Amino acid sequence: MERTISFTLNGKAAHVKADDERMLLWVLRSDLGLTGTKFGCGEALCGACTVIVGNDAVRSCATPLKAVAGKRVITIEGIGQHGLHAIQQAFLEHCAFQCGYCTPGMILSAYALLLKTPHPTREQIARHMEDNLCRCGSHVRILDAIEEAARAAKAGA
Amino acid sequence: MAESAIVPGEMKRRDFFGAAGAGLFVFFGADLAEGQEPGRLPGRQSGPTDFNAYLKIGADGRVTCFAGKVELGQGAMTELAGALAEELDVALDTVDAVMGDTDLCPYDMGTFGSMCTPLLWPAVRRAGAEARAVLVQMASERLQVPASQLQVQAGIIRESGKPSNAVTYGQLVEGKRIERHLADVPVKAAGFKVIGTSLRRKDGPDKVTGKAQYAGDLLLPGMLHAAILRPPAHGATLKSADTSAAEKLSGVRVVKDGGMIAVLDERPDIAVAALGKIKAEWENAPAGPDDKTIFDHIQKTAPQPRVVGQSGDLAEGERLAASVIEETYLNSYVAHAPIETHSATAQIEDGKVTVWASSQAPFQVQRAVAAALGVPAEKVRIISRYVGGGFGGKTEADQGVEAARLAKITGKPVQVVYSRQEEFFYDRFRPAAVMKIRAGVAGGKIVLWENQVFGAGDREANPFYDIPHKRVTSAGGWMGGNPAGMNPFAVGAWRAPSVNSNTFARESHIDTLAMKAGIDPLEFRLNNLTNERVRRVLETAAKRFGWKAGHAPSGRGAGMACGMYSNACNATMVEVVVNRGTGAVEVKRVVMALDEGLVVNPDGMRQQAEGCVIMGLGYSLAEEVRFRNGEVLDTNFDSYRIPRFSWVPKIEIVLVENPEMPALGGGEPPIIAMGAALANAIFDAVGVRVVQLPMTPERVKAAVAKA
Ligand code: FES
Ligand code: FES
Repeated sequence: MERTISFTLNGKAAHVKADDERMLLWVLRSDLGLTGTKFGCGEALCGACTVIVGNDAVRSCATPLKAVAGKRVITIEGIGQHGLHAIQQAFLEHCAFQCGYCTPGMILSAYALLLKTPHPTREQIARHMEDNLCRCGSHVRILDAIEEAARAAKAGA
Repeated sequence: MAESAIVPGEMKRRDFFGAAGAGLFVFFGADLAEGQEPGRLPGRQSGPTDFNAYLKIGADGRVTCFAGKVELGQGAMTELAGALAEELDVALDTVDAVMGDTDLCPYDMGTFGSMCTPLLWPAVRRAGAEARAVLVQMASERLQVPASQLQVQAGIIRESGKPSNAVTYGQLVEGKRIERHLADVPVKAAGFKVIGTSLRRKDGPDKVTGKAQYAGDLLLPGMLHAAILRPPAHGATLKSADTSAAEKLSGVRVVKDGGMIAVLDERPDIAVAALGKIKAEWENAPAGPDDKTIFDHIQKTAPQPRVVGQSGDLAEGERLAASVIEETYLNSYVAHAPIETHSATAQIEDGKVTVWASSQAPFQVQRAVAAALGVPAEKVRIISRYVGGGFGGKTEADQGVEAARLAKITGKPVQVVYSRQEEFFYDRFRPAAVMKIRAGVAGGKIVLWENQVFGAGDREANPFYDIPHKRVTSAGGWMGGNPAGMNPFAVGAWRAPSVNSNTFARESHIDTLAMKAGIDPLEFRLNNLTNERVRRVLETAAKRFGWKAGHAPSGRGAGMACGMYSNACNATMVEVVVNRGTGAVEVKRVVMALDEGLVVNPDGMRQQAEGCVIMGLGYSLAEEVRFRNGEVLDTNFDSYRIPRFSWVPKIEIVLVENPEMPALGGGEPPIIAMGAALANAIFDAVGVRVVQLPMTPERVKAAVAKA
């Protein structure tokens, strides 16, 4: 059904008039021009399209627009708006990317993890990240980076 | 590789947008066509033939390297910038690399075969050294100080002992235009500040913030997204298509052009939904092989074998052999499966066609787009700035041609992004292959080696072991030239083409021979190997791994394999745990020793090697494309499993120092030995040999049951 959906997007109010069954990924990328959220599989199988809704990491390719009405949505463009976020910083330091295509989804999945579990073990990190795919094989560095970001947050707290 | 035949070509140089204006320019050639003359590069369009990269130092002091290679994630951008920072004595962050843009960069064949480091990189260094020499000479005149008394630091040239007498690179080139071609200026031999240190990736800030723009991230005014009707199987032909329901949707456009039916809308998901409204009837593809019958099929349809290695006399080898072992090794079709699917955005303005395309070979795409549109190549600009993984699978870019055709027809910018299903369907897979080996040992020495390769290609089929009597043949391969119908779909280069298949077969067989001879596999290899570099990586890996001599199967689950590719040497040792009940293989640890010649950027090299270990787990243990009668049955990551976080073992990469050897490409050699090392470790763990890749739980379980 075509209607206006309102939600908070990266800290600002957003109102989108669209068919509310459309998937959030396409609304973000083409209607709102936020292309940092990537398409990889379209079937919730790769994690490239991961964004934060509320406090959860969700697959925006499988999240209809209506599901975010009144919610808080964060995309890669929304974190580190005032200087890099600790996770981004750690990704840079550990070179936790190669082609970088999976990176926004990885960072947002990690972001959701640290929201709920600020001091995860490496096993918890790996388990949480399991369904985020990286074809370049940056896995070890991604785990290192998330561990470090968690440590940095601890030190800063 | 030499920058020979450099002749000034003023007019041509000015054709490059980036080469206009003031500054110091150094034009140089790196023969990127593996020993071919630059002038004879296949597919070269008009344009300069005397150089294929250049650097510019502008009045702002910034250094820019223009090269047609593409940043695929391998870190090429950072390596090129690092080479210039080193030779010019400037800070890394004052150096930019403009890559993969056919208007700004001179012709380049494509980014594959691990050629960036061995070929382009040394030429970039020499160009940097040349530029530095020119600038020091200019400074000497300007400052009235002999060149020998000048020092360079961070782009500032100073008189030794009198630092106030100084001039910057930017000041020297201001208001001037200086052109040089590469002369024989020596590069730094020692005292490196950048080379050998681990560099911060130039592309990092863009990639962690989501700012990195891939080909499907362009948003142009009025742009339409296209969804294109595809056949259900390779070889299926369209009987009829009723597009009326799609046409009725508001805002949706249907285009039919030369066999292509496309649905376009301003929103990509709406275009895809509208495509689903087309009622198409297809004539079935003719019956063809499936993923089980393919191995017979390949042997039956392969072309005449070519001899790719021969010595001695096989009959004599047979006579000498105390025991002879024969085995047939199989390898399935494997997909590239980059997370970014093939994408392109095309725009036509005033007769100029611009296509942003995820491609490893923008100049090849330029030619294809020009041909499809019937325009000269100069009217086509391809930009491949960031590409979301290639691995050999983004050499062709049909989606770029489709986007350009649709842009021409609709008069609007058009974006084509393959669905995951299209990505699997149109992938040019690593070919399925059959490797038959018959080999004999006597007294711990290999005396006979007969190897017939079908489908894989010949790279590294000829063993580097010292074998007096051998014959290796190869029939068909990944590079094309196969008889029609041999492969039911297109095949192509997949990270270290041929070499994964050939190394799997050879190194599996070597272990079997060692077992037959009752000798530890490391000792057996060293017994039969005089190649010093391979010996060294084996010994290095063994030391790091803590290899304990023994007879397989020892139950420990330790395995090794070694290999060469592009002149790099690799020894891989792994530790696995095999579940006899389920057949599941858990990889605990991978130790890899690599001789990559001079290592330019150790962290970058490690990164490539780690990526190879993980990608190698995929083709070794899980990845295979299922198909039947032209239909590709794997359409997404649910059935086509690629490595995940839980698969990742402890990875230890040891870079063997070999600075006398020039820097070698690092993106491929580390992947080649994974298949055999794992097969040998599985044998060591449970005493069964799996001869088919991938070694899925089902196959391991079946092998255990049979034993
Ligand atoms: S695109 Fe959404 S999970 Fe892959
Ligand atoms: S960095 Fe390329 S897919 Fe993860």
